[in-house]
Amino acid sequence: MASAREMRLRIKSVKNISQVTRALETVSASKVRKAINAVTATRAYATKAWQVLRHVAEQPGRDSLHPLLAQRKSVNNTLVVVITGDRGLAGAYNSNVIRFVSQRFDSNAVPVKYIAVGRKGRDLMLRRGKKVIAEFSNLPAAPTFGDVSTIGRLAVDEFSKGAADEVYLVYTDFVNMGRQITTVKKLLPLELEGEGLVEDFGNKSTGPTAAYEYEPDMRVILDEIIPRFTALQVYQAILESQASEHAARMIAMRNATDNAKELVGALQLAYNKVRQQGITNDILDIVGGAEALSAK
Amino acid sequence: MTIRCEIISQDRTVFTGDVDIVVLPGAAGEMGILPKHAPVLTTLKYGVVKIRKGGKEEIFAVAGGVAEVQPDIVTILADRGSENIQDIDLERAEAAKKRAEEYLAKSAPADTDHYLIMEAALRRANLRLDVVRRYRKSGMRIPPSDN
Repeated sequence: MASAREMRLRIKSVKNISQVTRALETVSASKVRKAINAVTATRAYATKAWQVLRHVAEQPGRDSLHPLLAQRKSVNNTLVVVITGDRGLAGAYNSNVIRFVSQRFDSNAVPVKYIAVGRKGRDLMLRRGKKVIAEFSNLPAAPTFGDVSTIGRLAVDEFSKGAADEVYLVYTDFVNMGRQITTVKKLLPLELEGEGLVEDFGNKSTGPTAAYEYEPDMRVILDEIIPRFTALQVYQAILESQASEHAARMIAMRNATDNAKELVGALQLAYNKVRQQGITNDILDIVGGAEALSAK
Repeated sequence: MTIRCEIISQDRTVFTGDVDIVVLPGAAGEMGILPKHAPVLTTLKYGVVKIRKGGKEEIFAVAGGVAEVQPDIVTILADRGSENIQDIDLERAEAAKKRAEEYLAKSAPADTDHYLIMEAALRRANLRLDVVRRYRKSGMRIPPSDN
């Protein structure tokens, strides 16, 4: 058994750690509130925008409507936008994303390139030898669309210049404080319901469509909305991921604080026993000594 | 017979409800949308969206955007700064207008980002002031219907 002194030190260090984790939990709690506000405010717009895009893609002859809608005959390159956090200490948040990416894309039939959003994801992917063509980190908390639209534009550019024939988005969907789901969404070319997985930021959409009339004309309007609404999906995914990250960190820190409390309790008990044992031994020594003297 | 109308701007849902008619500022001019309208996809100009239900009319200022019309629903994806004209804060719009005009009058270099932002702000402020002047008396509240 460890000495009483060692145990005292151990108890002290565990207490210090629990103070740090409690502070981190408090910080994350306030950040998560802000992030949730941001994500719910824009969710309606992003969902509707995605729905409009999907209606456009359901139009007859979609392949000729717009180059960004056309499905390519041969797919030679896949591009994946992976959204993680800049910081660790968020439970399994970052590693869940990367594990998901590995499961989904490691056995992909064609070469896969990655755009990493978030430093943790970049590091983890580089360590696993994945090809990262661009990285974005140090995003502001609750960014505006303007702050991050370059990420979406880059993905759209890669697709339209032919460097990638399909584009996926991997992010963490925020459901509630205790539940975040790592999700993949096919960005380009747009995938229809029933064709594969199309996630929808927690909302279902409806409605079949007849052919549209376009005003001013088809090309102008599609040129405007398809890239913008696609970039908007990336924006929304970033907000979802940020809320998820803060929630995951808060829960992780709360667990750490609880564990520390438990550990301190157990250590304190053991320490008390050791101390008691020491006192008992001391008394026995004294009593033994006194008896030896009086017996003389 | 009603048609569902959803006005959604980037940061919030401005209006949802079932209405009799929606009039919106389409790229090719004002369009009145009644139930069972043919599908249309149009960009929006700066202007007003009017919705009418049972004799009541409500008016929204929109700073551009996109509208998708389906036979049973009109979805208006409005750009930031779209709101019910009853909610427009006149003082704020005046202040924004002044600020933007002062900046633009300093003959700052055009086509910088900030210049364009201020120009857009001026257009929005003008739109708000204009719309309030023209419509505020007649506007009324239609209670949003439950989903």
